[in-house]
Amino acid sequence: MDLLANLSLGFSIALSPYTLILAIVGCFLGTIIGALPGLGPSNGVAILIPLTFTLGLDATSALVLMTSVYYGAMYGGRISSILLNIPGDEPALMTTLDGYPMAKAGRAGDALILSGFASFVGATLATIGLMLLAPLLARVAYLFGPAEYFALYLLAFCTLGGMASNNQAKAAIASCIGLGIAMIGVDNTSGMPRLTGGNLHLYDGVDFLVAIVGLFAVAEVFFFIESHGKNSSIGIKLEKTRVPWRDIYETRWTMLRSSVVGFVAGILPGAGASLGSFLAYMSEKSIAGAKGGFGTGVARGVAAPEAGNNAAAGGALVPMLTLGVPGSGTTAVLLALLMTLNITPGPTLFADRPEVIWGLIASLLIANVVLLLMNVPMVKVFVRVLQVPPAILLPGVTMISFIGIYSLSGSYFDLLLMIGFGILGYVLRKLDIPTVPVILGILLGGNMEDALRRAMVIADGDGWYLFSTPISIGLWIAAIAGFIAPMFMRGLLQKPQRVTD
Amino acid sequence: MSSDRIFGLVAALVALAYVVSATQIQTSFLADPVGPKVFPIGIGIIGAISAMFLVFRPDPEPQWPVARTFLALGFAVLVLVAYAYALKPLGFLLPTAIVAGILSYQISPRARFAAITGASLAIGLFLIFRFALGLGLVAFPRWLAG
Repeated sequence: MDLLANLSLGFSIALSPYTLILAIVGCFLGTIIGALPGLGPSNGVAILIPLTFTLGLDATSALVLMTSVYYGAMYGGRISSILLNIPGDEPALMTTLDGYPMAKAGRAGDALILSGFASFVGATLATIGLMLLAPLLARVAYLFGPAEYFALYLLAFCTLGGMASNNQAKAAIASCIGLGIAMIGVDNTSGMPRLTGGNLHLYDGVDFLVAIVGLFAVAEVFFFIESHGKNSSIGIKLEKTRVPWRDIYETRWTMLRSSVVGFVAGILPGAGASLGSFLAYMSEKSIAGAKGGFGTGVARGVAAPEAGNNAAAGGALVPMLTLGVPGSGTTAVLLALLMTLNITPGPTLFADRPEVIWGLIASLLIANVVLLLMNVPMVKVFVRVLQVPPAILLPGVTMISFIGIYSLSGSYFDLLLMIGFGILGYVLRKLDIPTVPVILGILLGGNMEDALRRAMVIADGDGWYLFSTPISIGLWIAAIAGFIAPMFMRGLLQKPQRVTD
Repeated sequence: MSSDRIFGLVAALVALAYVVSATQIQTSFLADPVGPKVFPIGIGIIGAISAMFLVFRPDPEPQWPVARTFLALGFAVLVLVAYAYALKPLGFLLPTAIVAGILSYQISPRARFAAITGASLAIGLFLIFRFALGLGLVAFPRWLAG
């Protein structure tokens, strides 16, 4: 059994004390990041990336730490959804619908523990799915040439634009902003500077970490200054907590179904965890029908979105690791981490660096158990964390962002650029223009152009080469469908605004 | 309505300027069939077209803050820019305490609370970064430390 051999390799890495400690620290930090309104998985992971460099972690350790933070944030988002009726991060939005009513009815503890358990089911199943599916997909990915990769990048932008936004034109603008920024700097092929305006600082291009931290973290501060950090006091008191075995048992099928729905939603490029929790909640609601009482604080309404959200978080790792195309905002940030660590995601990663992949999968399984242990008996600790007022939290986040970026390059120019991205992020979000395509564009722009140019070198400039294999034709059709189809499904897929993951 | 139109117009103009400057990119002797110009020009054109969509079919107007909040936001940006320039010559502690305090005051206007927040964030973060993470931060400006 290949799988078992690989898994034992993974566990031999993940069970080393150092890696284990990193996973636990990551889970703890992640849950806090997820729980605090104003800090979500994407900006939380983004501000931590520069710090992993200052710690001098190697690739596997950095990846284990960051994915634990990522999983932890997905768990933590539910805490403020249930207690404050404010989603701690975007994917936890659907949890407010039944979690908050349940907490108001005096069952806050039950809701927290049930949702923690649902998160565990979703995340564990998704990690197992990742383990089974990723190697298969990696084998398919060997068939991909530059033409197919070009079509695949296009697909990512199209589905992300189609699904993560309420207006296709706005998503297209966002993608173009990102791609346009990615072109700045010295051209790889010809060695000539492009679009730098003669500014020497721009010859290396715009560092995507600067853009990510600016768009996600600095922009958030502006939003809090605008709102003066209102709506962030705890309204619900948490009394004794005990494990609601009956609720867990009754929602077992809901959790399983929602995990499957979430996982599939997560694999789709561009869909991400928000869509996963949304689809899981909606499908359970229609299965339960009118007498299911969804929206009034029923157990199934708490379990479904949490299982879906965490399963999608795992699913989103599949395209990111096998194809190098992230399925959500946070996996885009994780891709940025891989790229700065000089790891090229894709099929060769599975063949050349099995220790990275399987160490990662094994530590995700471990992280899940750790998270379950943290989120059930220790949930009160995290509830305490929610009492940190935004007037301390947000200045802290800003300062950490500044130090992190400053430590990367030591230049004030990157800091100014980061502030600029913060302003851009504020304006874009005000106008309901998604920021994730901007990030994706900056991350993938160079690769996308390279794929196009290499394809044209192979075909000697014949444009039809881009449509010459069944795989690339299929990807082009999926890309066009993914961009256009949501226009006709607007009524069906009425999505909450501002999807950042 | 009009914010989307204005943004669309600005974005379209920027995209066109981008296309124009992309045509100025120098090609080298290492030529490939596509060259370094085509992709940026294509992005600029697609961007300009999508921006025109916004001009003609804008979404409902978002909720913009009142003028005073805009002033506050502008001030926050100024403070952050000043911080970016101050970090190297003035050391870590002093600028961080001042900037963190100002931001804290802007989120929740309580002067004493903000001052304490700023000072403790500066000291706390310095300790964490210097000793736990081993970052080479300079606490005070050189002329003070001697």
